[in-house]
Order: sequence, then structure tokens, then C-alpha cells
Amino acid sequence: MIGMSTRHILLGLLASGPSHGYDLKRRHDERFPQARPLAYGQVYTTLQRLVRDGLAEIEGTDSDGGPERTVYRTTETGSRELAHWAAEIAPPAPFVTNEIFAKVVVAILSGGDPAAYLRAQRAAHMRRMRELTAVKSAPGADLATVLSADFALNHLDADLRWMTTTAARLTTLTAEVDAA
Amino acid sequence: MNNAATPGPLLAARDLVKAHGRTPALRGASLDLRAGEILAVTGASGSGKSTLLHCMAGIVRPDRGSVTYGGQRLDRLPEKRLSELRRTDFGVVFQFGQLIPELTALDNVALPLLLAGTPRSRARERAGEWLERFGARGQEELRPGEMSGGQAQRTALARALVTGPKVVFADEPTGALDSLAGEQVMTALAHTARESGTAVLLITHDARTAAYADREASLHDGTVVTEDTVLEVTP
Repeated sequence: MIGMSTRHILLGLLASGPSHGYDLKRRHDERFPQARPLAYGQVYTTLQRLVRDGLAEIEGTDSDGGPERTVYRTTETGSRELAHWAAEIAPPAPFVTNEIFAKVVVAILSGGDPAAYLRAQRAAHMRRMRELTAVKSAPGADLATVLSADFALNHLDADLRWMTTTAARLTTLTAEVDAA
Repeated sequence: MNNAATPGPLLAARDLVKAHGRTPALRGASLDLRAGEILAVTGASGSGKSTLLHCMAGIVRPDRGSVTYGGQRLDRLPEKRLSELRRTDFGVVFQFGQLIPELTALDNVALPLLLAGTPRSRARERAGEWLERFGARGQEELRPGEMSGGQAQRTALARALVTGPKVVFADEPTGALDSLAGEQVMTALAHTARESGTAVLLITHDARTAAYADREASLHDGTVVTEDTVLEVTP
């Protein structure tokens, strides 16, 4: 997920109780099914940084018959930091310099075919929307899956609306870019 | 995806031309609907989407071009045969359910069966089953004036599917609903259509609704400008 802080996600998962790295990775991938799975290396590096910054601490080790694992828990400071982050407003328009927008302008500047690009991009967006719709409307889809698919669908839909309006405006846009 | 290895389209429109008075609505539109598939037809207002649906459903006759269904030319069928075919093979849902206000949900859904000669008790029983499939259980005795938009559309969908049609024509079925109610209606329609192998021609201006379909055709100024191809599966 773009701009999402692994630190805060791990702190959030630790908020429900002490846990070890392997378990945190597994729970992350379950909770955020559309996100890229966390790499183990990233989980352990982040946990070490949380400890260094006083946001988490080592509770002990747990072997449970298998290899020995370090169990982490959140600290007072960690809980305060998490509450602060969770209440903080995200920037409302983080995607204003979008790749799709850039490609349309570059296509116009370089005498390419922005309309053809928009049609192809639109088809790719629709394919992804169909996949996400199938995922979320499958019988037994859990809430985390539905919510994350919805989030992606609404953003793709916003892109599509922009692409539709832009396709209709290409004539005007081409004239403006040429004159500049 | 439905890859039922069907040889040709179930319903085919070729070079349809249709004007409303002097205003052209279709200028040579061609479209294939395959058996069992859900096909979304998208496009701006005034692009000719609804007129295309009306022509393909045999509700209006095109000025030129052809509509072929199961090997017969719909545009040439006499009115009596056409209305019989619409009753047995087609189901239609509009933006506003167009339910009969004096009848309960159950009787609205039972109506097409009664018109086809099904005995009353059997018709009501089947109507109840279809309402349940659309998640409208417990709403059997509501009249349209007492229903939410979502309840009305689910009732309308049950009525469109109760006769076991081969094709359902849905013109902006979620257009009057909020996004959650629209989603429930589309999920129910897509599941039920796939389960029963009913083809759906879905008119919508909304990409999230179109995403329930297997593929999409876009209309612009009365012609089909892009049509997703279906990947042919070689046996």
C-alpha cells in the first residue's frame, strides 16, 4: 500500500498483545490481503527499529516446540505514537502527479497517440476492476478482503472518470500544449 | 467467465440504425451477446445505449440493420410472435423497477408466471423462491410504495428471472440506488445469472457496475467503438 508505514502497522498488530515476527507477518498478510506481502527481513528490521526508538520491547522468547522466537510487545510510548498516527489526517490529494497524467502529457508533447494510450489504459483498469469485483463478491469473502477490494475499486473508478473526461478534452489539451 | 464453447452468439445486432424523430440514436451499431455471458454496454448519456437495448430486446424495431436471436430475425417477426418470445425468453429490468404499485412483491414476481398460464399456487410458490434467491425474504407482502430502492430492484430482478429467460436486459438497474444497495443488487444479479446460465445485457454508465460483467462494449455516438474480445478457449 502506497505511503503506508510498516512501523505503525506492526505497532497496530502488537496492540492486541505480544507477538513474534513470524506471527506478525502472517497477520499482516491476512489483514491486508491486497497489499504486497511483508518480507520477513522487513519485519525483523522494523521490529529492531521499534525497540531502538522505545516504541516496543522484547518480552522474552517462545519456542513452542520449534525454533526459538523473540516475542515483542508494545510500550507506553508505542501506544501513544500509534494513537497519534491513527488520528492523523492523511493528505487528501497525494496522487496529483500521477503516471497516467504524465504519460498523456508526454504523448501529446512527443506527437504520440494519447487517445490510444487512454483506451488501452482504460481496458487495463476495467480488467483489474473485474478481478477485484470477482474477489470481493465471491461467496465467503471476509471483511478485510471486501474493504481492501472496495478501496482499490473506488480509486480505479476515480482514475477511469478522469481518463474519460480527459479523452473528451484531448482536442483542447493538445492545442494548449502545442501553443505553450 | 463463461466458456460454454457456444458456436455463435445467442443474440446478434448488425449495423443497427435508429432515429427518434430526426435525432439519430444508433448509426450502425453491431453487438454480439453470447449464451450465458454478462455483457456491460457503457457510454455517455445520449450515446445510444438504451436504444440499442430496446432494439435487441425487440421492444422497438430498428430503422435499418438486423437483430438475430437463435437463428430468427427479431426485427422481422410479427408483433404477436415477438411479444410471445419476449414473454418466454427475455426478462427486462429498468432503472426504476416499474413494479405494479397495487400488487405485493410476491404477486409482482408471480405475475409473469400467471400470464404464462402457471396455476396460481405454483406461481406464488416459485415467486417466493426467486425473492429468496435475491435476498428479499420477508418482503413478500410489501407493496412497491413500502419498499426501499434496493428492495424494489431485487423484486424487479426476481420478476425478470422467474420465468427462466435466456436473456435478461437490464437498463441502469443500479442507477437510482446508493452504492451499497447497488452492490447488493449487482452481486445478486451476477450470481443468479451465472448459476442459471442466463445471459445479461447490462446497460450502465458506472464502471463499478460494469465490473460485474464478463466483458464490456462501449458506445459512442450510436456506434460500438470498443468491444472486449473474449479469450477463446481451445478444447
